[in-house]
Parts: sequence; structure tokens; C-alpha cells
Amino acid sequence: MPPALAVSGLGKRYGSVRALDGVDLELAEGELLGLLGPNGAGKSTLVKIACGLVRSTGGTVEICGAPAGSPTARRSLGYLAELFRFPGWMSAEELLVLHQRLAGSDGGAAERTELLALVDLTEARDRRIEQMSKGMQQRLGLAQALIGAPPVLLLDEPTSALDPAGRRMVRVLLEELRSRGHAVLLNSHLLSEIELVCDRVAIISRGRLVAEGAPADLSRARGVEVETASGVRLFEGASRDDAPAIVARLVGEGEQVYGVRVLATTLEDVYLEVVE
Amino acid sequence: MRDVAVIAGYALRESLRRKVFLIVLLLSVAFLTLYGIGVWRAFEDTAGFVPPDQLGLDSTVVTGATVLGLAMFATLFLGTVLAIFLTLGVVRGDAERGLLQPLVVRPVGRSTLLLSRFLAAAGVCALYVGLLFAIETVTTGLIGGWWPDNAVAAGAELAFAVVIVVALSLLGSIFLTATANGIAVFMVFGGGLVAGLLAQIGRAIGSDTLRSIGRWASYVLPFEALYQDALHVLTAGTTGFERFALELGPFGGSSGGGVGVVLWAAAYLVLIGLAGIAAFARRDLP
Repeated sequence: MPPALAVSGLGKRYGSVRALDGVDLELAEGELLGLLGPNGAGKSTLVKIACGLVRSTGGTVEICGAPAGSPTARRSLGYLAELFRFPGWMSAEELLVLHQRLAGSDGGAAERTELLALVDLTEARDRRIEQMSKGMQQRLGLAQALIGAPPVLLLDEPTSALDPAGRRMVRVLLEELRSRGHAVLLNSHLLSEIELVCDRVAIISRGRLVAEGAPADLSRARGVEVETASGVRLFEGASRDDAPAIVARLVGEGEQVYGVRVLATTLEDVYLEVVE
Repeated sequence: MRDVAVIAGYALRESLRRKVFLIVLLLSVAFLTLYGIGVWRAFEDTAGFVPPDQLGLDSTVVTGATVLGLAMFATLFLGTVLAIFLTLGVVRGDAERGLLQPLVVRPVGRSTLLLSRFLAAAGVCALYVGLLFAIETVTTGLIGGWWPDNAVAAGAELAFAVVIVVALSLLGSIFLTATANGIAVFMVFGGGLVAGLLAQIGRAIGSDTLRSIGRWASYVLPFEALYQDALHVLTAGTTGFERFALELGPFGGSSGGGVGVVLWAAAYLVLIGLAGIAAFARRDLP
């Protein structure tokens, strides 16, 4: 079974600018991978190459074993662009009908009803897109990407126009999609969001993959903080495993322990460390 | 074919919903009304014209061919305006607005997308030009009692000329922003017409240089050659001094290209189509 997304030695040059420089990445079936990186790092370029919107200048990208951009690859993916617009004269229902036809989905009205409910747009079914807020359009974009239940979803900043409630809705939706076996590549600037939902994180900087792994694996122990009667004491370099021994030693020394906190670097710390 | 129908239908519905067709209809009705009044007045004013006996000039033929020739020019212009506005932002314009990407990532294929948009725009423009020309012909015939020698061929060539403009505008939309493309195609259109007029003047005064400008313009911009040929077939059976008098005017169609023009225009259309498909396939979309 080929991976949902396989990126190998991917390169892209825009004139003298190297947007991507030998990126290797894999996304497994049912996995949620967060793609992080500063502006201009090459994240969106990678996603666009995977969608067939942009041609690479080196390396390969495969979607479920088919070369990116091929009809087979496009049949296997759903895509929400960072900057997109749908025709304002269409209603949500009409847009989904159009994309069902283009995607070859035979889901019919039942699929449209389910997707609109999933993104909380049931009431706006017949509303013209130009009368929708940006957040509603973004949710409609998610519904559009899910047409035909594609095994791979490439979502480029899917929550950029959403309020906190909308973001929460998308988080729940992403978890639901993972449970259904969809592979999701989530490109976002919101580290907290990535940390909350993603199984794995890949950080790109200046066109190169600079860090990759589960959020917990990427973080490093920073020490153990113990609250005692004589004040807060910090044991630098200690890890979670060292905490019982530290507490035992302090109690043995006659200290009264009120609380213990294991300190670790956050995803933000890791991110800033590798991109700077 | 199913995908072509879906995208062409999408393009047509967009024009319908954005009231493009309604505006075109209203303006066309206004134009045809003015044309009807103009034809009536032209035939009225020339009815009393008595040419010298030895010339054998029938003023009805000259008036009819001239006003219908003028109407053909207006129809070509209106068809071109419609063609440009339907296609000026199909690729780069829509991509910059973020409208194209959700369609391109679908398993439709870029060539299918381009072909569908071409067929939709070409179909609408050809139908519009054909219909407008038919109404103008009938108006001229009913009011002035003059009917062209070959109205069907003239209408078909006029429609074909506008289809060439559609193809040029679609090709331009791959490289240029919507505004730049609109300006460029209008300028190319204007340039083609000027070259045609220069060639006509060249034939009248016997200038080889001006004639070659017209010949090269016919190859590079065959919509102009088709328009000239359409004017020519309008009065293909007219001979003698009437023919001479018509050819002196700007709508006389002194240069008939015959089947060669149509064949070259068809080949040109295929070449433009292939160039467009190749360019769109290589284009990165933002």
C-alpha cells in the first residue's frame, strides 16, 4: 500500500530563488501531519505541487502512488487553497453540485446534505456565496474539499478566516476525518492548533525540511520545578522520569513538597529554534 | 465530453447570472432599432438619386450593400467586445482571484478546461453574431428591398472571425492579467482592421507596400481576412459600375480570399488552440 503522500527530493526554483530544496516527506493513511514554517518557507509551494497547480523543478511527489498532477492523483485528493474564491453568484448547493460533477462523485443530495451539516452550513444551503461571511466561505471550502471522500486532504491555512468557535469546529472535523482514515496535510501558522490535533509535525525553513516528528518527540525536557515550603526550586535538565527521585530526596531532607511541574520546550520553542 | 459540458455549462450560467446576456440583449435591441431607422432613412434619401444613363447604377444595390457592410462592421465589433469580455480573465485573471484553482485540481484536465471555456464562449459569440447579422439582413431586405448575394456565407465568415478573436483572447488570458489581455486583444483587433483598410487603399491606388501589409495582416490576424471576405461575398454577384462604386467605399469588400481564407483561418484556430493548451499545461498557478 503506497503512502497517501510521498514527497522525495522535491525542488522548486522561481528564477534564482530556491523555494524548495530537496524536501522528503511522507504522509501515511489516516495520519494528520502539520506543516509549519515561516512565510515564504515553501509550504504552500509544496502543497501546490502536490495538487498539480505548480510544476516541480526536481524530485517527485506521489499521491496514493500516482504522480502528482495526474488524473489518478487528482481523483484521490481534496484541496482547500490558502487564497481561494468561489463564484459569488452560486449558492452553496450549486457549488457542491458543480464539484461533485467535476470530481465524479455519485454522492448526490445525500452527500451534499452531510457535508453542509459537517461544516455547519445546513441553513445556508441556498444562500449565494457572495452573501456569506469569509468564515462561512472557508467552511464551504472545507465541504468542497471533502466531496467524494478523497483519501488525501491538503488543507492550506483552513482556519485563517475562522473565529475561535469555527477553529474548534475544524479541529473536531479533522479528528473525525482522521478516525475515518483520511490522510490530512495541514498547513497552518497556528502552532497551538497543530500541536492539538496533529500526529506529526514537519517544519520547513528556507525550502528545506528542518525538523520532523511527533509534537511530543520534538519537545525537549527543560527541567523539573518543585514547589516547597522554602520556595520554588528548579532542577534544570531533569526530566519527567527524574521527578519521583527529586521529590523523595527533598522529602528526605525534610522539605515539604506542595507541587511538582515537569518543564519541556513547547512546539513554539522548537519552531523558533529551528527556523531562526 | 461530460466534463466539457459541465464546465461549458458553468461558464454559460455565470454569464447568465451576472446578467451579461441581458445587457447584450438590451444593447443589441437598441443597436438594431437605430440600424432599422438608419436603413429606412438611407433608402429614402437615395431613392431619388438618378445616375447618368450610361453608368447603369442601381442606387438600391449601392445603398443596401453599404449599409449592410456597415452593419457587418458593427456586428464584428459587438461580437468582439462580447468575445473579449467573456474570455479576458479565464486563466490568469481567474487564477489571481483564486477562482481557477479549485477547478484545476479536479480530475478534469487543463486542456479540457480550456477547450470547454473556448466552446462556451465561441458558441455564444458565433450564435450572437449570426443572429444579429440575420436580423440586419432581413431588416435591410424588408425596408430597402435589397438582399445580399450570399448572406449565409457572409454571416458564417463573420461568426468565424469572432471565434478567432475568442481563441486569441483565451490564449492571451494564459499570459496576461485580465485588464492587460483585454487591452491587448482590442489593440490587436484595431490593428487588424487598420491593416485591412490600408490594404484596401493600397488596391485602390495601386500601392504594393500597402497591399503586402494587408496580405501579411490576413495571415497573422485571419479574422480581418474573414471579415473582408464576408464583405466580398455580400456582393459577389454584383458587377460593372456598381461593383466599382462599392469597392471605393470602406465596406466594399474589394478583397475576396475565397476558400483559402477559411482554410487558413481553420488551421490558425487549431494552431492557437495547441499553443494555448501547451502554454496552460506548463503554467504555474499562484
